[in-house]
Amino acid sequence: MAAAIDASLPNGVESSRKRWEYLESILTKGGPFTDPDSDLGQGTISRLEESKILVIGAGGLGCEILKNLALSGFKDIHVIDMDTIDVSNLNRQFLFREADVGKSKAAVAAAFIEKRVKGVKITPYNGKIQDKDEDYYVQFQLVICGLDSVEARRWINATLVGMVDQENQDSLKPLIDGGTEGFKGQSRVILPTISSCIECQLDLSPPRAAVPLCTLANIPRQPQHCIEWAKIIAWEEHRKGDVIDTDDPEHITWLYHKALDRAQEFKIPGVTYSLTQGVVKHIIPAIASTNAIIAASCCNEALKIVTGCNPFLQNYMQYTGDAGIYTFNMEFEQTPDCPVCGNLPKDLPVDPDSTLQELIESLGARAEAQLKKPTLRTESTSLYSQAPPSLEEQTRPNLEKSLRDLVADGEQIAASDPAFGIDFRFKIVYRS
Amino acid sequence: MAATAITPAPLQGQEVITPSIRSVTLTAKEKKYDRQLRLWAASGQQALEDANILLLNSGAGVVGIETLKNLILPGVGQFTIVDEANVRESDLGANFFLAEDGLGKSRAQEACNFLRELNPEVRGSGIRESTADFISDKNSLDPHTLILLVGPAKSETVQQLSKYASQRSIPLFYIHSVGFYSHFSVQLPDQFPCVDTHPEPETTEDLRLLEPWPELLNYMEVKTHDLGSLSDHEHGHIPYLLLLLYYLEEWKSSHDGRPPNGFPEKKAFRTLVEKATRTDNPEGGEENYEEAVKAVNKSLNPPEISSGLRQIFESEDCKRPNAKTANFWVIAHAIREFHSRHGVLPLPGTVPDMKAQSADYVQLQNIYKAKARKDLAEVVESVRTTEKDFMQDSKIDDREIEAFCKGAASVKLIKGRPLQIASSEPRELAWSDTAKSLCQELGDEGSLFPIYLAFMAYDGASPRDHETMKAYCNDTVACLQKQSGGSSIDVEDIQGRVEKFVAELVRAEGGELHNISALTGGMIAQEVIKVITKQYIPFDNTCVFDGIASKAGVFRV
Repeated sequence: MAAAIDASLPNGVESSRKRWEYLESILTKGGPFTDPDSDLGQGTISRLEESKILVIGAGGLGCEILKNLALSGFKDIHVIDMDTIDVSNLNRQFLFREADVGKSKAAVAAAFIEKRVKGVKITPYNGKIQDKDEDYYVQFQLVICGLDSVEARRWINATLVGMVDQENQDSLKPLIDGGTEGFKGQSRVILPTISSCIECQLDLSPPRAAVPLCTLANIPRQPQHCIEWAKIIAWEEHRKGDVIDTDDPEHITWLYHKALDRAQEFKIPGVTYSLTQGVVKHIIPAIASTNAIIAASCCNEALKIVTGCNPFLQNYMQYTGDAGIYTFNMEFEQTPDCPVCGNLPKDLPVDPDSTLQELIESLGARAEAQLKKPTLRTESTSLYSQAPPSLEEQTRPNLEKSLRDLVADGEQIAASDPAFGIDFRFKIVYRS
Repeated sequence: MAATAITPAPLQGQEVITPSIRSVTLTAKEKKYDRQLRLWAASGQQALEDANILLLNSGAGVVGIETLKNLILPGVGQFTIVDEANVRESDLGANFFLAEDGLGKSRAQEACNFLRELNPEVRGSGIRESTADFISDKNSLDPHTLILLVGPAKSETVQQLSKYASQRSIPLFYIHSVGFYSHFSVQLPDQFPCVDTHPEPETTEDLRLLEPWPELLNYMEVKTHDLGSLSDHEHGHIPYLLLLLYYLEEWKSSHDGRPPNGFPEKKAFRTLVEKATRTDNPEGGEENYEEAVKAVNKSLNPPEISSGLRQIFESEDCKRPNAKTANFWVIAHAIREFHSRHGVLPLPGTVPDMKAQSADYVQLQNIYKAKARKDLAEVVESVRTTEKDFMQDSKIDDREIEAFCKGAASVKLIKGRPLQIASSEPRELAWSDTAKSLCQELGDEGSLFPIYLAFMAYDGASPRDHETMKAYCNDTVACLQKQSGGSSIDVEDIQGRVEKFVAELVRAEGGELHNISALTGGMIAQEVIKVITKQYIPFDNTCVFDGIASKAGVFRV
């Protein structure tokens, strides 16, 4: 009995060796591009197995990332996602089946990987990244994001930059970020405070240009205008108080019919159910193959960073697959006036005769700011406060005032937004 | 008296938009495939579901399986995996679609079972057999519409498949993934036309402002009549297209009937439009005039055709189609004739969004659409004449002609070439007309082409050690240089760069890294989808991926 147990032990080690032999041939000896200082060997493998990785998002990219990390020798992986599985996920999120629709993405994905790849531990959290604080994020060696929201990327980026303590090297958590749209995608590697961060590159993802309200209300031309009208104006008129649920087919059907009626009135062709859904839910086309490319690129970089087996990406790769195959690599530089990792305030050109209200609205649309609910203050006084209600009421009269009466040319202001944990510093520059 | 059935008179006047079906019922398929139907529509999906993929697997065997995963999820019709290997311990550390209880069983069948779980609509089978045995029976290849061959493969095998694929005009992919590098090549049919290329709308916008037709000019005159006396609202809502046409007429009247040509004249024309903007209105400017000024540079260019289309126009099949030429050439011939008659391509008929009153914009769209229909009718007639000349019974579908007319500006023809096959004698490889451009490529210090050479050595050299592969590569470089007519290249420098890639390849000892195979499987699946759906533009014809630099390189070999 005891002999049998003893015998199974070396066998187990042996089979585990064999299982990872492809990876070990890379991790135990260097190649011509490997940094000569990297100490490849058994220690590298231990380091890989002991490192704790956080994956944000268990969707199209996330499923791939979890699979790739598990088959790259990582053993301790955590995953956060607040979503549940929808039937339209099944064309690419390959860890989910029809019977899983409605369940937590993070939980189902984690259980699937653990079952398929022996010896890997995946810890799911079904919730928002904002639920967690620095004490949570500090436990990881590296964070990989497979998100579809710019806001969530900015939040985790700001959090990781904020955690860096120059005295303590372990406080620096590399962030690897992937994104896709149709046949295109990009991956980037961020070393918080050391290299260009997501906020430095914010103008790569400008907000979608909003159609002016008067076009929607009076002179629609495109099917999209009719759909936006149904969503913004018709809904408010007929179903005030009811909150639009973009996953509720009854709501989408209602909007579709309203949009269709309006399109007929103006003789605008092209309103379909599918387009309605696309416009209302801001749907981005997504396919398995693009997710595979970008997720694997991110995990390839993660493996190189953690083990040092080869140099990693400096710091951005864009993949374009709709016309031939094309990769574009670029090393972004930190911007000194980055509100997250820079130390200079960002210039904010304004028309001094415009109102504070107009400035606040423009901050949502400006590619370099994208703040939807900013609270603004100068060094000495509060310009406008979104909350609490008492302060909002007190500062509301400022909204109508011209900027000239509130801030001087060259004066610094700080903007905070409930979506982000940090202040954005701007320097007001009067446009002549 | 018997009741007479009376057909109600058709509605006169405006076109009536009838809502197709008011109640919305999406099929389960439409729901599941929503995110991809937005890319390749129902026609692309149908093509995918009609496809039958054959994977001839070997080596560590991950990259082919990852490719299939990305084809099964979007709903490819059928797949077959042929693989002689049994599941080994090392497979479990690299292949997600194998598990412990499969150890010792057929790798093809085990992977097939897990892959089929991904999509109940896809049929698949796994066969435990070597590629050589499988293809020795010709009939076994017949049902398949596309073949994926994973290397390393024997040169006879590659040769045999290349010949088969070329006879059947089916696409054949040849794939490698080793360590941080991967390679794949495609052998497409001799002629692979790309009509539905999905170009970015801005790049192909054809508004024909320099070649306006009477209906468009009439409408311009109606809307700009007595411009000065229009209200601010009306003035600020004239579509910019009409503004440009109006000021073009003004310009021409003082420039011998010529439109602005070259940068200085365009600048002057821009100023002319800019100055006509009303600024004494409450907004202090006009958006439609701003749009007009912005469009001057790109919208007032004499019509030019792309190099891809010119190449098509100049080919013999296009000039003189015969009874055997494919539909593509018959339509291309008709469009060529249209172009030589009018100096422009058939109008695509789409109008970009612009500041305008709803009714004016719709009217403008209708004018463009009507003209596009007229151009299409002319092309269709010309196609029918050709068909008659060849006494063909089958008519080319109107929709096929329409698609060609709409996409004419960005149509492209890829000429498939047989796969370049490694042999034991690298000095005998036939590079033919690509030798020169490939030598040039080698001269570029950052080129990834040496990775392809390293993979050829991986196939052709025996044993697969550093020295033998290095020697093989050096012989290949010498052969390339000779066949290029003696290009002046720095052979020593090239050999040094090639050797590094060889060393990195050898480091992996033939193993696959999951990330590189997953990434490459994604790239190949994209290309397979483009080839099957005949949408977008596939690569031509050899690609390598460098997982260290995170870069891809594409070469025509």
